[in-house]
Amino acid sequence: MKKLILIFLLNIFIINKSLALIEIDITRGNLDPLPIAISPLHVDIKSESYDGIKIKELGENISKIIENNFRSTGLFNPLKKEAFVQKPDIAHLKPRFEDWRLIKAQALVTGKLLVKDDKLKVEFRLWDLAAAKEMTALAFTTTPSNWRRVAHIISDKIYERLTGEEGYFDTRIIYVAESGPKNQRVKKLAIMDQDGSNTKYLTLGNELVLTPRFNPTNQMVTYMSYFRNMPRVYLLDIETGTQEVVGNFPGMTFAPRFSPDGKKIVMSFAKDGNSDIYTMDLDSRVVERITDHSSIDTSPSFSPDGKFIAFNSDRSGLQQIYVMRSDGSGVKRITFGNGIYGTPVWSPRGDLIAFTKMRKGKFYIGVMRVDGSGERLLTENFYQEAPSWSPNGRVLVFYRETKSGSQGEGFSAKLWSIDITGYNERRLRTETDASDPSWSSLLSK
Amino acid sequence: MIRSLIYSITFHSILVLLTILSLPFMLREPIDLPPIVSVELIQISDKTSIPYAPKARKIIEETKKKEERLVSEQAPPAAKAKEKPDRIPLPNEKKEEKQIIKKKQNPEEIKPQIRQASEFEKKEIVDTNQIAALIDKAKEEEAVKQKKSDKVTQSSKKNSFATGLTLSQEDALRAQIFGCWSVPLGLPYDEDLLVRIKLKLKKDGTILKSEILDHQRMNKPGQKFYKVLAESALRAVRLCQPLKVPPTGYDKWKELQLNFNPTEMLKG
Repeated sequence: MKKLILIFLLNIFIINKSLALIEIDITRGNLDPLPIAISPLHVDIKSESYDGIKIKELGENISKIIENNFRSTGLFNPLKKEAFVQKPDIAHLKPRFEDWRLIKAQALVTGKLLVKDDKLKVEFRLWDLAAAKEMTALAFTTTPSNWRRVAHIISDKIYERLTGEEGYFDTRIIYVAESGPKNQRVKKLAIMDQDGSNTKYLTLGNELVLTPRFNPTNQMVTYMSYFRNMPRVYLLDIETGTQEVVGNFPGMTFAPRFSPDGKKIVMSFAKDGNSDIYTMDLDSRVVERITDHSSIDTSPSFSPDGKFIAFNSDRSGLQQIYVMRSDGSGVKRITFGNGIYGTPVWSPRGDLIAFTKMRKGKFYIGVMRVDGSGERLLTENFYQEAPSWSPNGRVLVFYRETKSGSQGEGFSAKLWSIDITGYNERRLRTETDASDPSWSSLLSK
Repeated sequence: MIRSLIYSITFHSILVLLTILSLPFMLREPIDLPPIVSVELIQISDKTSIPYAPKARKIIEETKKKEERLVSEQAPPAAKAKEKPDRIPLPNEKKEEKQIIKKKQNPEEIKPQIRQASEFEKKEIVDTNQIAALIDKAKEEEAVKQKKSDKVTQSSKKNSFATGLTLSQEDALRAQIFGCWSVPLGLPYDEDLLVRIKLKLKKDGTILKSEILDHQRMNKPGQKFYKVLAESALRAVRLCQPLKVPPTGYDKWKELQLNFNPTEMLKG
C-alpha cells in the first residue's frame, strides 16, 4: 500500500516536472567591438594654470588618449564625440541613460579634473548604460605633468572592469631605434610609452645594440652591445644611466633576459663555435652553466614561475624549441613541425609560448601551449621576429623588415602588434625605424 | 474487519483526491500539443541556421513587387504602414483590418458573398506561402546580422516540446538575443563560464525582473571573468527589450531561463 502511495506521489512530481521553466541556451552573440562612449573630462573652472600645460584642453586630451587606447585593443569601439548628447559636467553627475543608449553606446566614461596648488586631481566614472548604474569610480591626485599616465591608468581600470583581465596601457616599450642606410645602420636604445609618445634615447648610437629586455620592476634593462667591438651583455639602470658588463666571460655573450624575480640574468655564451646557456646571479655575481651540449643553444626565456626555461637549439639538426627545468635538467623538445623555430618567449600568464618560425622563406609569429601542442601561426610575412608579450598576455609586439634592393634601398623596420587570437594587427607609431621591442610590466603596480 | 475497512476508505479517498489533483495537469498538455506540432512542420524547412532560402527570396521579391504596385495605385491605410513586416497578423486583427478597408474602398454596401475582392484585399487573404515567406524574411535579416558566427549547436535545440515553446518561437527569441549580446572578447575559452539568467516577463515581452542564478559567484575573488560575462548577459537582455515572445501562451513563457555560454565562440 505504501508503495502505491509512493508511486502516486512520484506521478505528481513527474507531471509537475514537465511544466518546468523554459530554458534557452545562448551560445552565439555579437562579435563586434563593444560600443563605448568616452565623454571629455570636465575641467573645473577653479583650475589654476600650470606651466607648459593647456589646462582648458586637458579634459579633451585625456579622453583622446583613453579613446586611442581602447581603439587599439580591437575589443572596443569608441563612438564619435559629435554624437554625444550630454555636456561632460552633467553627464558626470548622472547621465541620462536613455539618451546615451540612443547612440548605441553600452558603456560610458565620464570624469572631471581640477588643477590646484600644482596638483592635478582627476576623477572618473564608468557607467553601464543598459543597467543604468555606475560600474566603477576612482580618483587620482598627481603632478599635472603626469597627465598622460593618468589617462593610461584610467584606461587600465576601465579595461579591467569591462574585460575581467588586467590592462596594459600604463606600460612602456623599449626597442632599438634604427636610422641610416642598411649597410651603415645606426642603432640606439630607445624607450617610449606603449602608445608611441614620450620617446627617449638611452644610448648615443656609437655602437651596435641589440635585444634590450626590461627587468620586472622596469628600472633596469639588459641588452647586448658591440662596445669596443666586443659583443657582450650589458646592464643599464634607466634612471641613473649607469651601465656595466654582465659577468666576466672570455668571449661573446648575447640573448639576455631577466628571471621573473629579477635576481638573475639568463643568456648565451659562445666560444669556439659552440654556445650554451648560462645564468648569473646579480647579487652574488655567481655564474652557473645551465646547458652543456655541442650544439648551439640560445634565446633562453624563463617561465613566469621561474621553474622552467624555454630555449632554442639545433641539437636535432634543425633549430627547434626545447624546455628544461631551470637547473638544466629534464630537457624536452616541444616543436616537431616543419621549418625552423626560434625566439621562444614564455607568456606572463604562463599558458603559452610565443615563437618565430621560418618555413619556405617566410617568417611567422605564432603561439603554442607550453608542451608544444596547439600551435597557432598568427601572422606571416617576408621577415619578422622577436615577439614580446604585453603584461596581461593578450597582445604580442614584434618587428617586421621589408624587402630591400641590392643597395639596401626600400629597407625599413617597423614595430607591429597582434592579438593572440590572430586578429587586430597594428603598426606601432615610432619616431624612427625600430626593431627588437620589449614590453614592460605595468608601471603603476 | 473494521480496521481494514477504514484503511480501504482512507486509501481510496487519497487515490480519488490524487487523481482529481493530478488530472488537470495531465489534461493540459495534450490539449495544447496538436497546434504546436502543426506549426512546427511549417517552420522546420525555414530553419534559422540556413542564412537564406533562395525559394523564399523569390516569393519575397514577388510580394515586394506587388507592394510597390499597390503603393503607386493607392496608399495603404495608416494602420497597415505601421505594421512590422516580420509579424504575422493574428486572425482577429485581420478581420478588423478587412472591415476598415471595406469601408474605405466601397462606400456603397455590397454583399460580401458577391463582392469581388480588390487587389489589396487579395493580399490580405491568408496565404500560408506568404506567411512562410514573411517568417523567412525575418529570419534572413537575423541571419545576416549573425553571419560572423553561424553555428547552431544541437544541444541548444533541446526539450522544446516539454517547455511549451515551438522550435521557431525558441529560435526567434534566441536569434534576437544573439543580436543584442556583445560577447566580451577577452574572456578565456578554457574556463567554465556559464551564466544562467532567470527572467520574469510581461505580456508584451518587456522584462519585469531579471536575476542571475549564481549571483553569489559574481562577487567572489578570482571570478572577474564570470562577473564580466554575467554583466554582458544582463546588458544583452535589457537591450533586447521587448523580447520577441509568442502572442499566446503567456503562462508558459512568463518565466524564462537563459543560459549564456560563450565557450564555443571563444574557441572558434
